[in-house]
Amino acid sequence: MSAITHHTPDAMLAAYAAGSLPQPFALVVASHVSLCVHCRVALEAHHSAGGAVLETVDQVAVSGNLKAYLLARLDTPFTPQPVVKRSGIFPGPVMEAMKGRAPRWKALGAGVRQDILMASNAGSVRLLYIPAGQAVPDHSHGGLELTLVLQGSFTDETGAFGIGDLEVADEDLDHTPVAGPGEACICLAATDAPLRFNSLIPRLLQPLFRI
Amino acid sequence: MAELSQQTLWMLAVRDKRDRQAFSAMFDHFAPRLKGMIMRSGIAAHQAEEIVQDVMLTVWRKASMFDPHRAQVSAWIYQIARNRQIDMVRKERRPEPEDLIEDPGAELDASQILALEQEATELKNALSRLSGEQREMIEKAYLGELTHQEISTQTGLPLGTIKSRIRLGLERLRHELKGIR
Repeated sequence: MSAITHHTPDAMLAAYAAGSLPQPFALVVASHVSLCVHCRVALEAHHSAGGAVLETVDQVAVSGNLKAYLLARLDTPFTPQPVVKRSGIFPGPVMEAMKGRAPRWKALGAGVRQDILMASNAGSVRLLYIPAGQAVPDHSHGGLELTLVLQGSFTDETGAFGIGDLEVADEDLDHTPVAGPGEACICLAATDAPLRFNSLIPRLLQPLFRI
Repeated sequence: MAELSQQTLWMLAVRDKRDRQAFSAMFDHFAPRLKGMIMRSGIAAHQAEEIVQDVMLTVWRKASMFDPHRAQVSAWIYQIARNRQIDMVRKERRPEPEDLIEDPGAELDASQILALEQEATELKNALSRLSGEQREMIEKAYLGELTHQEISTQTGLPLGTIKSRIRLGLERLRHELKGIR
C-alpha cells in the first residue's frame, strides 16, 4: 500500500476543529482523518491551539446553582451513542452517514454509479463508483469539491490520487478525473454547489441525477 | 507524578477514580471559560449555560476517552465543546473521525504527558505574546467565526513542535493504527 501524499489543507483542518466547515466537507475531512495519521496529528494540534484559546478567553461567571444542578445529574443513567465502526473500505464517518448499511448504488451510465449520502443547501456528499479506466465527464465546479479515494485510484490534470488521498478542487479547476487500472475507483466526493458538466448531454441529465 | 499539571491530575482522578471533588474543581476552572467561549458565538447566556452543562456532563461520561499522551485537558474539552455547541445549536451531528482507543492496560508515561503539557503551555504563552490584532484573528478562527477560506494557512501559532509531541503520543497506539497510514 502506498502512503497518503495528498492531505487536508491546514486551514480546512482548523475550520473543522472550530466547527465552521460546512457539513458535507466535515464528513470528508472526518473520513480523511480516520485514514491519515499525518492529518490526525495536525487536527489534534489545532485542538491544542483551541485549548489555549479556551484557557485565555474572557470568562463569564456561571449561575450559582449550575454546578449543584450538574453534580446531581452525574448519576443519571444514559445510553452512549452507538459508535459506527468502519466496514471494509468505508471509514466510520461514512458508515455513520450510511446509517451502518452498504451503499445503495444508482447507475449513472457507462458503469458509473453513485449513492448520495447527504444533500442540502450547504452542498452534497456522495459516493462515486467509477470502473477502472473510465473517465468522469469533464467538469468544473460552481464551488469547491473535495474528493477522497476509498478504493482504487484516479488521475487528473493535477496528479495521481490513491487510497486515502484527498483532492481539493476549486472552481477554477476544469478537470477530467480518470479511474486507474485494476480495481474500480470508489470515492467520497463533497461539493458546496452543484457540479457543472462541460459536455452537453451530461448537463441535460444533471437535474435528473443530481450530479 | 506530582509534577503533572493540576488539570491533568484532576482529569485522571475523574477518569480513573470517578472523583467528584476533582470534577467539581474542573467545573470551577472550565465552566466560566466555556461560557465565555460559547457566548462569543452570539449565544444567549441561558443557552450558553445549557451547553456548558452538557459539555461538562460529556467530560464526566466520556472520561475514559481522555488520553493525556495525545491531548492536554483544555484541548480535549475544547473539542467536546465545539461538538456539543454544533449539535445543540445547529441540531446536526458533526461527523467525527474514528476514535483511537488506548490499550486499557497501558501504563502512564509521565515524561510524554509532561512534555506535551509543556508544549501546550508554550502555545498558550505564544498566544498571549501576539499583537492584539493577530490574537483576535486566532481567537476568531478557533471560535468558529471564520470560514476555512478566511483562515490563512499561517495561523501565527507555532504548531510544529506540539505536532511532533502529539505524534509520539499517537505512536503508543500503534497497534490501533495498523489499518491506517
